[in-house]
Amino acid sequence: MDLVATILVDGLIYAGWLFIVSVGLTLVFGVLNILNIAHGSLYAIGAYASASLVGAYFAAGGEAFPYGSYAALILAAILVAVVLGPLLERGLLRYFYGRDEVLNVLVTYAVFLILEDVMKLIWGVNPYFVYEPYTLLGTVEMGSLFYVGYDFAVIGAAIIVGLAVWLTLNRTQIGKVVLAVIHDAEISQTMGVNVKRIYLGAFMAGAFLAALGGALTAPMISVTPGLGVNVIIVAFAVVIIGGLGSVPGAAIGALMVGISRAASVHLLPEAELFIIYFVMAIVLVFRPEGLFAKTQARKI
Amino acid sequence: MMRFSVFTYAAIGFAVLAAGAIVLPDWAMFLFAMALAKGLVCLGIVGMMRGGVVSFGQGLYYCLGAYTATLAANFLGVSDIFLLTLLSAAVCLLVGLVFGPLLSSYRGIFFAMLSLALSMVLYGSLSKMSFIGGTDGLNIGAPTFLGWAPEGRPLQTALYLYVVAIVVISGTLMRIYFDSEQGLITLATRDNELRVEYLGASVRNIMAYNYVFGALLGGIGGTIAAVALGHVDPEFAFWTTSGEFVFVAILAGYLSVPSVFVAAIILEMVRSFSNLYFPNTWQLALGIFLLIVIVALPGGLGSLVSRRKGDPT
Repeated sequence: MDLVATILVDGLIYAGWLFIVSVGLTLVFGVLNILNIAHGSLYAIGAYASASLVGAYFAAGGEAFPYGSYAALILAAILVAVVLGPLLERGLLRYFYGRDEVLNVLVTYAVFLILEDVMKLIWGVNPYFVYEPYTLLGTVEMGSLFYVGYDFAVIGAAIIVGLAVWLTLNRTQIGKVVLAVIHDAEISQTMGVNVKRIYLGAFMAGAFLAALGGALTAPMISVTPGLGVNVIIVAFAVVIIGGLGSVPGAAIGALMVGISRAASVHLLPEAELFIIYFVMAIVLVFRPEGLFAKTQARKI
Repeated sequence: MMRFSVFTYAAIGFAVLAAGAIVLPDWAMFLFAMALAKGLVCLGIVGMMRGGVVSFGQGLYYCLGAYTATLAANFLGVSDIFLLTLLSAAVCLLVGLVFGPLLSSYRGIFFAMLSLALSMVLYGSLSKMSFIGGTDGLNIGAPTFLGWAPEGRPLQTALYLYVVAIVVISGTLMRIYFDSEQGLITLATRDNELRVEYLGASVRNIMAYNYVFGALLGGIGGTIAAVALGHVDPEFAFWTTSGEFVFVAILAGYLSVPSVFVAAIILEMVRSFSNLYFPNTWQLALGIFLLIVIVALPGGLGSLVSRRKGDPT
């Protein structure tokens, strides 16, 4: 019984983190039709930026009100989105709209390689530690097990992010416009929608979510080079399982991957790395376009 | 214009590459051997690219071939390079025959991602198998050539010539395959899959064939890389390794076979020179180079020289 509960809680925590990282990826793919490998770099930059900002916050006398460091985390993610979002979308990606999907993966792979080294140039290769925000929320006792409160805050953040993205897309006017652009950018343009701005906005939102994922993770780990390389590939698995471009799909994908990984960690540790891609392969065998993808007619 | 037969080109290619055994210094011969081995893997991707799909998981066969050779050398005592290559090719052929029919109904990003998932499954499994080295990998001793066991420069030269021979033979066979009925149907599939089916050809079969050839070439390339490096580790199957193979395939384009190997050599040179001159920013250099290629050469290197009759471009 205890084991099942542990697996579920661990799985939920991991799923929450996964969802925050993946939902931005699926959003960007949905609107721009680009599967963005550089999403992993944005995640890593978010982690570095938040480590720097939180460090600066405490260096500037933040001990008096340590909860302010959470604002620093979110501010870091916003900064990354505002600086890098327009730079990447306006400066590079817009020249590749409508090109082959796989070619665009390679374009973002190039961006990923470039940003990997840019990060090393800015932040060096030594690890950064910002543990303060992680310990702030104390521990939660569940049966005989203790969990760090911050982990549950990440689940909370994931739920807020998920609801915010879903409500914005489905219940606001901007969201309706975005959906129209996803459906047909050309017709939307003739109807007076500023498609360029929608693309930019969607990419910045995606960049923000990637950086937020990194920023929230920074206190739980030591921030070192090469952070993004593993994250992106797991996020790919999540969005492919859920169906590219689907927000509920990303949530289900995150839950499936999160819980199966937690189960494997506890029951069969050798399969930890293996299980994520195994789940993805199985889902694709039965649902070739992911769980929530719209089926598309083939062109003659 | 008079056209030479594919065999004339093959002979010229072999002569040019084999001359490298005399003129190249040690370091360059190693670099070329590695580049040509990786080029074999990329040739497999190009074969699939002709049908409009790109495998982001060719590291699966590269790694499988490398590990098969290494395990055969370490546990079965096989050191003959011909035997090692045959063994790896057989293993990769079998695995390719299992996954080929499965993957043959996927297209675009889903083909790319499913192939990537399969290679990451291998990566994940090998990383956790401590009895064969885990993430540290394994060493493999120097190969023998039908009983001859060279050392030093002769070993390097022999290995280089072996790679060149395999490259020329595979390149020639793939060229013949590309120009065959099957190969031309692959090209037609790239343009319009549904029409090809209406005309009576099985697109799934063709895609499966292309995938199996890719698996074979990947396994052979992996074997040679393992023997040349003397070491294998799970990184062979990591997605960034596969990403480089795709990069070479894009750089080469799908029109010409020799351009695949030229592209592989270019990438390997760019990598080692940027490693030498910008040790901390070689990924940055590589990324910028990749962007320039995508922007400036959308049809790949092959589009510069190849204007084959009947080709759409």
